[in-house]
Amino acid sequence: MRKHSCRKVASLRRTMAELGEADEAELQRLVAAEQQKAQFTAQVHHFMELCWDKCVEKPGNRLDSRTENCLSSCVDRFIDTTLAITSRFAQIVQKGGQ
Amino acid sequence: MEGGFGSDFGGSGSGKLDPGLIMEQVKVQIAVANAQELLQCIGKPGGSLDNSEQKCIAMCMDRYMDAWNTVSRAYNSRLQRERANM
Repeated sequence: MRKHSCRKVASLRRTMAELGEADEAELQRLVAAEQQKAQFTAQVHHFMELCWDKCVEKPGNRLDSRTENCLSSCVDRFIDTTLAITSRFAQIVQKGGQ
Repeated sequence: MEGGFGSDFGGSGSGKLDPGLIMEQVKVQIAVANAQELLQCIGKPGGSLDNSEQKCIAMCMDRYMDAWNTVSRAYNSRLQRERANM
């Protein structure tokens, strides 16, 4: 009985080892993809918190083009602002170090 | 639900739909959207939601999801533009 189950475990281990490399790479790829999706969603959620209040006055039967443009611009301007702040901050830190 | 809502809501524009992921996101979005719709739809809180308030909330949710899709598309485009410039 013991010999039989030992052989089974050994054979299972061999199979797992074979599966190992290729599937681990695939698994890592899937995990990374899911993380990217989650990050994207979290960021969209953040934009919505700001841009909904700025762009949508009274919800109607559909979003008009002015609102749509406002929402798109909101995203772009938010990113521009973040980039501007980051680069300015880097300048300040650099100057501070001298 | 329309295709537009599904394809943007459920993924980062990759075109692949994951029902589990979509459900999670829908739940989160409903929870968040509720707070904002309450402010815009409820005048004087009564004993229950009347018909017009319910309709307003439904409409507000539809607009919220439209806005979500618009923002998703804009963000996706911006990401692609930035990657192209790198």
